[in-house]
Amino acid sequence: MWEQQVAFWIIAVAMGAAAIGVVRTSNVVHAALYLVVVLAGAAAQYILLAAEFVAWVQVLIYIGAVVILFLFGIMLTRAPMRGEGRRLDNDQRWGAAVVALFVFGVIVAMLVDAFGGDEIRFGSELVAQGRTSNIGSDLFREFLVPFEVVSMLLLAALIGAIVLARRD
Amino acid sequence: MGINQFLILSAFLFCVGIYGVLARRNGVLVLMSVELMLNAVNINLIAFSAFGREAAGQVFALFVITIAAAEVGVGLAIVLLIYRNLHSPDLDELDQLKG
Repeated sequence: MWEQQVAFWIIAVAMGAAAIGVVRTSNVVHAALYLVVVLAGAAAQYILLAAEFVAWVQVLIYIGAVVILFLFGIMLTRAPMRGEGRRLDNDQRWGAAVVALFVFGVIVAMLVDAFGGDEIRFGSELVAQGRTSNIGSDLFREFLVPFEVVSMLLLAALIGAIVLARRD
Repeated sequence: MGINQFLILSAFLFCVGIYGVLARRNGVLVLMSVELMLNAVNINLIAFSAFGREAAGQVFALFVITIAAAEVGVGLAIVLLIYRNLHSPDLDELDQLKG
């Protein structure tokens, strides 16, 4: 059990530091690379929680596709690469920090109150639940209609993105 | 392992995302902060899926990942359009309703 704890805390500290890097760095490309660390850390946490299929989907879609899209966005909008740190932030930084700390405090107080002593029970049953065949049969039996709706949404988003970005 | 450590990690990521959405001017960086918040939600879903022994949480995490990908596609197209019209990706220059 202690190995899981050690792995959790190493990944969690890396994710927290990289998340702060995403919102504080003055170089847009570095922000995208910090985002990769956060996303990979989230995938590692999914594996710790025995959700292997979601972990690999996270790696393929987020790190493989979404980060590439972000890098294309950075390239096409000619974002400032270095220096000029103030240009990336607006004047509401202190207000934003106060809001974020307040929300964090409220959520943590509620979580400690509601789930203070609850433990996740690990074991072969949990591993069987996260197996790809199990997720697949759940997806196509109980969640077939939402699955089809999501595919329509993806098609609509694809057409919308083309219509918006096309030059004419 | 307690479920709380996952939930508090996810709350931290969510609040860093809130800070990023409020404090960044550049449209691409705002979208990155939104991704941080969506990831926090996914960690919550997976943690509750393991806690309650219910695979539906993982299916919903897959839906959230799909919708996040669609959102980034449309969002970046909009940021590109803003850049093309205003020659700047900064969102606080969008201060008039007519084009």
